[in-house]
Amino acid sequence: MEEQPTPGRVGFFTDTSICIGCKACEVACKEWNALPEDGLAFTGMSYDNTVSLGADTWRHVAFVEQRRPLGHQEPGVGDMDFRWLMASDVCKHCTQAACLDVCPTGSLFRTEYGTVVVQEDVCNGCGYCVPACPFGVIGKRETTGTAAKCTMCYDRLGAGQEPACAKTCPTDSIQFGDLEELRDRAARRLEQVREAGVASARLYGHDSGDGVGGTGAFFLLLDEPEVYGLPPDPVVTTRDLPSMWRHAGAAALALLAGVAAAAFARRGS
Amino acid sequence: MSQTDVRLDGSPGLRTDREATPGSAGARRERPIPPGAARERVVEPTPDSYYGLPILNEPTWQAHDIAGYLFLGGLAGASSALAAAAELTGRPALARAAKVGALGALGGSLYALIHDLGRPARFLNMLRVFKVTSPMSVGTWILSAYGPQAGCAAATDLTGRFPRLGRAATVGAGVAGSAVATYTAALICDTAVPTWHEGYREMPFLFAGSAMSAAGGLGMLAAPPAEAGPARRAALLGAVAECAAATRMERRLGPLAEPLQRSRLLKAGEALALAGAVAGITLGRRSRIAAAAAGAALLAGSACTRFGIFRAGMESANDPGHTVQPQRRRLALKRKESA
Repeated sequence: MEEQPTPGRVGFFTDTSICIGCKACEVACKEWNALPEDGLAFTGMSYDNTVSLGADTWRHVAFVEQRRPLGHQEPGVGDMDFRWLMASDVCKHCTQAACLDVCPTGSLFRTEYGTVVVQEDVCNGCGYCVPACPFGVIGKRETTGTAAKCTMCYDRLGAGQEPACAKTCPTDSIQFGDLEELRDRAARRLEQVREAGVASARLYGHDSGDGVGGTGAFFLLLDEPEVYGLPPDPVVTTRDLPSMWRHAGAAALALLAGVAAAAFARRGS
Repeated sequence: MSQTDVRLDGSPGLRTDREATPGSAGARRERPIPPGAARERVVEPTPDSYYGLPILNEPTWQAHDIAGYLFLGGLAGASSALAAAAELTGRPALARAAKVGALGALGGSLYALIHDLGRPARFLNMLRVFKVTSPMSVGTWILSAYGPQAGCAAATDLTGRFPRLGRAATVGAGVAGSAVATYTAALICDTAVPTWHEGYREMPFLFAGSAMSAAGGLGMLAAPPAEAGPARRAALLGAVAECAAATRMERRLGPLAEPLQRSRLLKAGEALALAGAVAGITLGRRSRIAAAAAGAALLAGSACTRFGIFRAGMESANDPGHTVQPQRRRLALKRKESA
């Protein structure tokens, strides 16, 4: 239920075709935002240690191993086709953000940059934003009891700096900038990657006509979104809320009518 | 905004690293096909998610708090409606039982709601804003309107003071109570949890029915059978409405109904509600003991139903297939339509 993207809206374009899986973004994010350690384990999921986004993981690098070729590449592993997909996931900063819509305290708000940020000192930890997010991004931090997610380094933006993850990304897989400009760049890049033989390349989150009104952080993916743990067609849950209110209102009236019928019915039954 | 364009060679004319093309390292060599067998390319189906992990983050709500609140809030709201009806039709004992019951259930609701917060001391932050996009915000304001009236109704009834104020509060609490008992459906449906979200058409009616049967059960349990007629009939209406809504929801949801269908709690809830309602309207008219037993069964049934719905949502949130498959079908349909 948001306005159109503001002219000053910024975003991330995460081009997974050049991600090398170094996790510098994860480290830079943790360091800059002083995020607590949240488990450092061998997961058995390729080189992934962080598993998924949550209250204390605001950048998550996914590693997908597939027995499929990547473009014309010769994988060099005998007779087997092989490709290794890596992608740095992050809060999408949706144009229509469900977390922001459902927040009952006003803790979540839309910044002047078009991003969505939690005010930690206002959040009372009701947890409503957690199941509202169609991407499974935001989480509730056990230690503080409040919700937490990527702020797109709100503090750095104010100082004219780019977010820590984009700053540190050694291959420019994470690109930060004006959202419209990034979308143009992504469209050109998609053509380039497809011409190079990767027919499965596609953009994700760039379309302002999608179920969340387009995302502020969008991606170039080399396979279906669900392969990376992204929902293929996310919809902001509040799109159906007007109808939900109508149904709830009808049910409330039905309850009153039912109770009245039960009480005013002929005595003795 | 700044872009990283510092390069060691310093020449801007060169292609930047971010234009490196994947999978373009030379022409692909054709591999010899092993003699005898034509090499099959194994095309694995696209998995539902990344290593089978859920797409959504699981709700952080605790079952005893939030499912408990769904039950207690429904009980409180519908009891207030029943109290108003009983008062207006001259059944003071039933009205008193329902008013006191509603106040008790409201107290439990508020405890559960505040207990579930990560920062309980900040519960008043809910009153900073009114947001129609947030059922929790709307619910906070509904409870703020309902609570004082329910309290006033019970207090004036018990003390016998300010009868006219008491009657106004009773009617007010009854009307607001209908909202308390049903907004919780919008609360859980307005999430990305597939089974909850997609069930939003029937959920309010299921909740209203479950609330009515619980309030009827409480009335049967606490009021003399001579006055408990409305409670018995409300319980029956509620139990039937609840079961009808649940059946319709399961039919409409298709694969998303699986967690509902395999839920023992939901089966127990429906069975208890129907058995309690039928026993109440037959045996409960004469026997106080039978009425009390039927009332207890109705209350237990409503609690089972709410916990069952809650658990089903948790299972749905943790199942990546629930999130991905309907979205895939929707996309396929869209592509078909646009083609």
